[in-house]
Amino acid sequence: MKMELIQPFINAADAVLSQGLQGSTKVGNLTMEEEAYRRKGVAGMIALTGDIEGRIILDLEPQTAVRVASHYAGADLPESDALIKETIFELANQVVGNAISALNDQGFHFRVHPPLLLTAEQGDKTSEDTEALMILFETSMGNVFMNVALRYSKRRMADHAAARA
Amino acid sequence: MEQFAPVKRSKDGQPVRYLIVDDSVFARKNLARMIETFGGQVAAEAGDGLTAISEFDRTHPDIVLMDITMPQMEGIEAAERIVQQHPEARIVMVSSVGYQENIVAALQRGARHFVQKPVKPEVLYEVIKYVLGEDGAVSNAAGAGA
Repeated sequence: MKMELIQPFINAADAVLSQGLQGSTKVGNLTMEEEAYRRKGVAGMIALTGDIEGRIILDLEPQTAVRVASHYAGADLPESDALIKETIFELANQVVGNAISALNDQGFHFRVHPPLLLTAEQGDKTSEDTEALMILFETSMGNVFMNVALRYSKRRMADHAAARA
Repeated sequence: MEQFAPVKRSKDGQPVRYLIVDDSVFARKNLARMIETFGGQVAAEAGDGLTAISEFDRTHPDIVLMDITMPQMEGIEAAERIVQQHPEARIVMVSSVGYQENIVAALQRGARHFVQKPVKPEVLYEVIKYVLGEDGAVSNAAGAGA
């Protein structure tokens, strides 16, 4: 997976989390994930299609999700509150929106699909051409995980090949 | 959340009335809290572009804060339809997707300004004052200050 595709998402997540949680955010471990995705807690997934295809998962451990959503709501929320899911969705939207804004300015065009809540403990296994990168963000409210699996679309790769020929 | 000097309507000194349009409940609540700190009032909320049009007709807000990516009808199309019917409408697009094509399309179709998410309250406050122009007045309420 090309780091040039991943870096805008890391930058966007770092900016969104540090601004939203009003504290410093540290980018922790980066690991390649070859096995099926295992959900940590409350996880929202956003699919991208267009010049780059794939998906982004923003995943917060249950207690971290409650703390983050409560922070945004300005009140303590119970773990069952629907606003927790909404908060994770909106954070995922902001991260993806900011990242694709940067990539769009580099000439990439996308369609962003609405967020989906991951409910299964384990997701689909990533394929060879969409290997996933897991990035850990350490925040004052707990760990936030971002799983990114992206690849150039076949059309985009064909355009590149034609340009090089 | 930080308090700002209240922005009132110049013509009658009443709070500025807002229509908040976003498919995310979280985003609507967040914007509503910011509006309170600006001394404003939420006239209505909508979760999609079609509802936004009917809520605008019903409430005639001073400002619309409009997301772009929404179900039913996207924000740019809703903004265009509202401005066609109400050329005086002041619509500020509020979206996480802030690339140039989107911003230009929104402005060409009637939006007055664009704020990228995550929204910084101080940025939105300045944009609202700018968009209101002479129709908005910052009151020097005791204890308030940006």
